[in-house]
Amino acid sequence: MKRMDSMRVLWLLVILLPLFILCAVTTGAVNIPLNDFFSVVLNWMISDNAEAPHFYQAIIFDIRLPRVLLAAFVGSILGVTGAVMQGLFRNPLADPSLVGVTAGASLGASLVIVFVAGYQVAWLSMSLLSVGAFFGGVIAVYVVYSLAKNPFGTSVATMLLAGIAISALVGSVTGFLEFYADNEMLRRISLWRMGGLESATFEHVWLAGFIVLFMFLILPHFSNALNVLLLGESEARHLGVDTEKLKKISILFVAAGVGVCVALAGVIGFVGLVVPHIFRMLIGPDHRYLLPASALGGAILLVVSDNLSRVILAPVELPVGLITALIGVPFFISLLRRRHQLGVS
Amino acid sequence: MSILTAENLCVHVGDNCLLNNINLEVNEGELLSIIGPNGAGKTTLINALMGDVQRAFKVQGKVLFCGDDIKQLSLIKRAKQIAFLPQINLLNFPFKVDEVVGLARTPHSSGKVNDAEIIAEALKALDILHLKDRLYTQLSGGEKQRVQLARVMAQIWREEDNAKRLLFLDEPTASLDLGHQQQLMKIIRHFSNQGVAIVMIVHDINVAINYSDKLLALSDAEVVAIGSPENIITKQLIKNLYNLDVEITSHPISSKPMIIDV
Repeated sequence: MKRMDSMRVLWLLVILLPLFILCAVTTGAVNIPLNDFFSVVLNWMISDNAEAPHFYQAIIFDIRLPRVLLAAFVGSILGVTGAVMQGLFRNPLADPSLVGVTAGASLGASLVIVFVAGYQVAWLSMSLLSVGAFFGGVIAVYVVYSLAKNPFGTSVATMLLAGIAISALVGSVTGFLEFYADNEMLRRISLWRMGGLESATFEHVWLAGFIVLFMFLILPHFSNALNVLLLGESEARHLGVDTEKLKKISILFVAAGVGVCVALAGVIGFVGLVVPHIFRMLIGPDHRYLLPASALGGAILLVVSDNLSRVILAPVELPVGLITALIGVPFFISLLRRRHQLGVS
Repeated sequence: MSILTAENLCVHVGDNCLLNNINLEVNEGELLSIIGPNGAGKTTLINALMGDVQRAFKVQGKVLFCGDDIKQLSLIKRAKQIAFLPQINLLNFPFKVDEVVGLARTPHSSGKVNDAEIIAEALKALDILHLKDRLYTQLSGGEKQRVQLARVMAQIWREEDNAKRLLFLDEPTASLDLGHQQQLMKIIRHFSNQGVAIVMIVHDINVAINYSDKLLALSDAEVVAIGSPENIITKQLIKNLYNLDVEITSHPISSKPMIIDV
């Protein structure tokens, strides 16, 4: 399998993403014909709500658009954080959950489900559940990072081990909570773990969008440093990279980014691991192209997965975390097989 | 002015002395080889000379690069003038060979125009231009080593704005066959003849003698001898360093000393 031209792949993704978004906004329990869609959008843009809004308008603007945009933002954050973690740990098997963010968020969410009844809106129209998940995730990463830090620097290897240890510890506490929880709570915990975008609002979209904006502002400065880091830490220093600063910023970004994703959409596995992998096979490991490709690819995977989760058993909605693996894995495996046939890695 | 100077350099960790009172000087175009038994402190010495020891180590004395304290130089300035080839290479991501060499140009962000040219020249110098489009991860150990040497040479390929260049090599020929070992040493020698100061750790003493201007023999954290190969290589020195009995003859062509196992 020959490598594809990076710029061409990026342009293709830039064209595909809006098409998938359009498809996701117009299909679902109610399918909206394209001409109706465009007339509703046009109407929304030029009229001042003088006439009664079209029935479709509510579906598009109140329900689907925030959900689809949130899917795109969350997918892109997960894709990029996965690529960053794999670069930081110089290990293609790394993913964002490695530093404890997912386990911590699960504990935070379970605590809220078990000890706080009902859905309270806490802040920015986020449920208390989201807030619990966010802080659970961020605190877990902070603990892992502190364990790996010593007066002489941060050890990536220690961070990996600390991440595994803290995830196991936190997982065990979550297990106790589940043991204590009743059936209804258990169901809510396990549904939350499968991920879902059904509670999306525009406030959520702004919040995730803020992270995405931040991501696109800082990533260009990052990609060369991450490339060089793949050579090894001391090599990176000899090529002028402040590795301590790079590690600190990366971990902070992963904690905040994945923390927000988990808070807004639950646990969505697999995107962070496999999307960067797919693009590393297609266009190579250069982060200058890999990071934007992972952002766009993660967005597409999650938009399509969420779309399918609404369509397959409509009007029943399946948890999106189940679908990402279902459509991502076959694609990934086909790439793996082609790679073996041609004997290149 | 010499390019690299160490004055009374000592490195301790806890009560352990890793390096004791090292003094040395490397001039423009000079190649210094560090020899000595395993555990003598060779790698610690080049790390200290690069100002890149673990922070748990306590460093005393001075290391000067062109007269400036090496610790005071910014990372970028250092990266533009000082390159380092470590003993072990960790890269396991599928970069192409020319991309690996291209990573060396990262510190020179302004001079993008020449980068492709420099990468091609470095690949050509190491005779690996034909591997340009191959994936680094699929190369043999010896090929990887040549790519890595091309990378560190590309980092300081040209003297820019009269900025002196310094190259550290930690056992550059370790994984190479005899033919490639000689090819590589000739390239390294040629590079130093262009004005680059080179400090190299090497285990094959005959290689060290043949290609170096100066040898530094390190044993138990101390300098046992320093000087030109002709001046310092004696049976007694080899006995002291490695507890090994050897004969010393003279190279039939270069008439430099040559060590023969007995």
